[in-house]
Amino acid sequence: MNLLRRIFLQKAALFWVPIFAVTWVLSAYSFPLYKALGARWIIKYPAGARLQLEAKISAFMQWLVEDASFGLFSFRDLTRFISSLIEAPYTFARNALIDGFSVGLGSDAVDVAPSLSWVAVIVTLAAMGHYARDWKLAALMAGCFGYLAVFGQWDSAMVTLASVLIAVPIGAIGGLLLGVLAYRVPAFEMFIRPVLDLMQTVPVFSYLVPILFLFGFGPVAALVATIIYAMPPMVRVTIVALRGVPSEVHDVGVMVGCTKRQLMWKVIIPSAAPTLMVGVNQVIMLSLNMVIIASMIGAGGLGYDVLTALRRLDIGGGIEAGVAIVVMAIALDRLSQAFATRVADELPSNTTQNLAGRHPWAVTVLVVAIGTFLLSYILPAIQDYPESMTLSTGTFWSDVIGYINVNFFDTFEAVKTVFLTYLLLPVKRFFVGIPWAWGIIVMTLIGWRVGGIGLGLLSGVLTAFIAAVGLWNKAMVTVYLCGVSVLVASAIGIPMGILAAQNDRANRIIGSFIDTLQTLPSFVYLIPVVMLFRVGDFSAMVAVVLYAMAPAVRYAAHGVRSVDPQLVEAGLVSGCTPRQLLWRIKLPMALPELLLGLNQTILLALSMLVITALVGTRDLGQEVYIALTKANTGQGIVAGLSVAFIAIIADRILSAFATRARTKMGMAS
Amino acid sequence: MQKPIILDCKNVWKIYGAQASRIHREHDGNPSSETLKDHGLIGAVRAVNLQIRQGEIFVIMGLSGSGKSTLVRCLSRLVEPTGGEILFEGKDLLTTSDAELIEIRRKKMGMVFQQFALLPHLTVLENTAFPLEVQGIPQADREARAREVIELVGLKGRESYYPRQLSGGQQQRVGIARSLAVEPDLWFLDEPFSALDPLIRREMQDEFLRLQNLLHKTIVFITHDFDEAIRLADRIAVMKDGKVVQVATPEELVLNPATEYVEEFTRHVSRSKVLTVGAVMTRGGDDIKTAGDVGIGQRIEAVADMLEASELPFKVLDDEGNAVGTIGRQAVIDVLVGRVLKK
Ligand SMILES: Nc1ncnc2c1ncn2[C@@H]1O[C@H](COP(=O)(O)OP(=O)(O)O)[C@@H](O)[C@H]1O
Ligand SMILES: [Mg+2]
Repeated sequence: MNLLRRIFLQKAALFWVPIFAVTWVLSAYSFPLYKALGARWIIKYPAGARLQLEAKISAFMQWLVEDASFGLFSFRDLTRFISSLIEAPYTFARNALIDGFSVGLGSDAVDVAPSLSWVAVIVTLAAMGHYARDWKLAALMAGCFGYLAVFGQWDSAMVTLASVLIAVPIGAIGGLLLGVLAYRVPAFEMFIRPVLDLMQTVPVFSYLVPILFLFGFGPVAALVATIIYAMPPMVRVTIVALRGVPSEVHDVGVMVGCTKRQLMWKVIIPSAAPTLMVGVNQVIMLSLNMVIIASMIGAGGLGYDVLTALRRLDIGGGIEAGVAIVVMAIALDRLSQAFATRVADELPSNTTQNLAGRHPWAVTVLVVAIGTFLLSYILPAIQDYPESMTLSTGTFWSDVIGYINVNFFDTFEAVKTVFLTYLLLPVKRFFVGIPWAWGIIVMTLIGWRVGGIGLGLLSGVLTAFIAAVGLWNKAMVTVYLCGVSVLVASAIGIPMGILAAQNDRANRIIGSFIDTLQTLPSFVYLIPVVMLFRVGDFSAMVAVVLYAMAPAVRYAAHGVRSVDPQLVEAGLVSGCTPRQLLWRIKLPMALPELLLGLNQTILLALSMLVITALVGTRDLGQEVYIALTKANTGQGIVAGLSVAFIAIIADRILSAFATRARTKMGMAS
Repeated sequence: MQKPIILDCKNVWKIYGAQASRIHREHDGNPSSETLKDHGLIGAVRAVNLQIRQGEIFVIMGLSGSGKSTLVRCLSRLVEPTGGEILFEGKDLLTTSDAELIEIRRKKMGMVFQQFALLPHLTVLENTAFPLEVQGIPQADREARAREVIELVGLKGRESYYPRQLSGGQQQRVGIARSLAVEPDLWFLDEPFSALDPLIRREMQDEFLRLQNLLHKTIVFITHDFDEAIRLADRIAVMKDGKVVQVATPEELVLNPATEYVEEFTRHVSRSKVLTVGAVMTRGGDDIKTAGDVGIGQRIEAVADMLEASELPFKVLDDEGNAVGTIGRQAVIDVLVGRVLKK
């Protein structure tokens, strides 16, 4: 017994080789086995033993919306109240940016005031750019938003901007308050940590379903989803930022006799401001990403344009809107980063100056806003960018893609076929063939082996859940797509990371490439992929690889770079060639970091996979997507949880691996 | 006549770790090092008794990790001591309510920190005025007061700078200005100059002594630098592993180190800067022919040239002007070459 245990837990090859062999055999022969034994349960989880979770959740949601009441008010009143709270500022922002203010409804509406003119919006953003950094940023802002006007994306872009303008303050302030609460009340932190973990792994689509159910189709539902999606990172960043305030600064506050509230708001939060601004930048980028996705439940704007173009396979239109999203994402990212790192280098001007002297930009913006408003009576083009002067790149893009498809069709087809035949299909066959019962056993064993009995039980139970809700096959498709994508992403990303770590030039180029990839909303990746490879698993894989590659590069670079320089010197002195140095010293030492990067890649891949349901995969993502179109809450939540569970299992097992690797090498964890 | 005791610290303990206060209680408030070790606890401050008198510079000296910061934080109740009593102007700080404590800190205490701890989003002026702002003092009044202290610490003209635009020494001047803005009675300084370059450090020490000559605060000054301690201190408490091993004037410390540990510190100090005429003079000798007078409290360093240049010894006068002994060049040489002067 003891011997068995030793072998099981210690000899790596004796564990992994048999496990893989058995799995492979069972996967290949599960179907004949079922035929031979007449035991259908081998390949399909028995319907009688299914957890009827979907129906229960749907019934619960029904009850929530129709009957639930908190005494004084019903649940429905609550959702209506939240709606109105969000709707009012949203309507205002939309009116100010694009629709104009009017009184009355429908055809009786009387215009009261027009929206801000496009000139005024551009000047405002440029002014913010200059205020936050310098003329270069101002020019970038003007260029980006000028592009939106000139290329006919203005209206959609303003609708998207209005959503972002509402979602960001609510998400940032809400996240800040929750973070402050968690910082102050340890019990609350204990509660919110696992919630944040789950929020990070549940795919975005699956919260769209219940939100759609509760708030109905429309911009409010989209905003609620956006806020829920964008808030968790802010909570995390807030906790980290507040903890990171030096204890001496905290002590200063106490010693000068601050009350608890003064200590928090006058000392700790302002001292943490630079880190908090990093969180705000994240909220902005996530909001933009989600506003695009949420166009499926009524957000409108640029996301909606992309979505309809994808549905119509309108190549030019899709790329136009996609480029507009990219332009806007880059502009907002740079602007918010500039605010985060803004250094007030100039000394504060003395207070004797007049208003215009002290606030040159605020005054300029005001003058331009009023000036363009007045001028627009003479020159309407100042209010609304004249249609006749817009340029459309739609046909250009269609032509480009058309040209590529005509001339390179065979090449693309060949690449696609090779990947499908030699990688995608065999892997798919392997995973889909695994009988569910063996799947549960294998996951328990693996969990046990890498992280002890607790992890074994956790991964066993989570796997069993997936089987028990009847999603085994779809889950295996997800695992296969995710696995292949992560493999390809690592195969490209890790060498890039290693290159970046060893060469400064490469580092700059790769760094900015990765930065840009990370700025782009996930939706955008679908566009070129579908244009070039049409729908299917291969397209999904390419999109996922592009989206999920960044952490593989980053962690690999960081891991290689942070190898103890003395070790490298020791290697050099003992006469290693650069190649030996890499393989014998740097890579083994960077292993824990590589594993963490792999972990992040998997999480990103899973979240992107759900979005690729739009390009026709048949996995859990599709299940969520179907639930969304049918507004079937139970189905959406169950499928969403299944994805989250896969993510959690992968995360825990890889983290355990990384820890083991670290302890083995004697690094502090 | 001795000055009144401002801060009286009796048998103060601070133990870190799980169940610290239970262990402390169960061992009658006096757990041994072994007990602490067995329970995996850290005795950061152990059974410390100190009396700090009005107007003195009381220096707490010890190596890093010896518990100085923890002790000074107990004295200001930034950390809650595990046991003991701390009487500030006769009142036990450990039993005062939060509201009272806030009041005491606002009006009577000031503290300067090793890493300056300036608020990055406030200018020099706003940082200095911050303790007053917290008290709700109107802007004009608090800024006027802040300008006074800024001038006092020699930063006039930098009022509108941000901390990141200042050098380390300047930043610590702001830290000092801030802690003085409320005119505290009791002034804590936790290694205020340790983060500065040696040259700047000396300059700041001079500055500090100049300020104290103007202000006559009661000061608790932490340092790990023995030279700094003897330069500034009226009295020094030497700490080791959470315990105070000796409290004495710099001179007594050099002459009579209580343990080898203390002696180790004193070994390399330049004695002529520490020892006074009184410590090395020869008593009596009224009949000897002398070349002049020196005061009993003068440092050897200050009179060395004079003594050396003269064939004859000098007469030593006490504070009242009575002749109490003589001192000659031999004594100076003894001090300089470090011949043992055990009394
Ligand atoms: N918050 C804490 N938790 C646990 N141990 C601490 C804490 N603060 C200080 N210590 C320990 O108490 C001892 C004294 O620390 P400190 O007072 O900072 O020393 P010093 O200021 O003399 O360098 C050290 O061993 C330190 O590790
Ligand atoms: Mg210290």
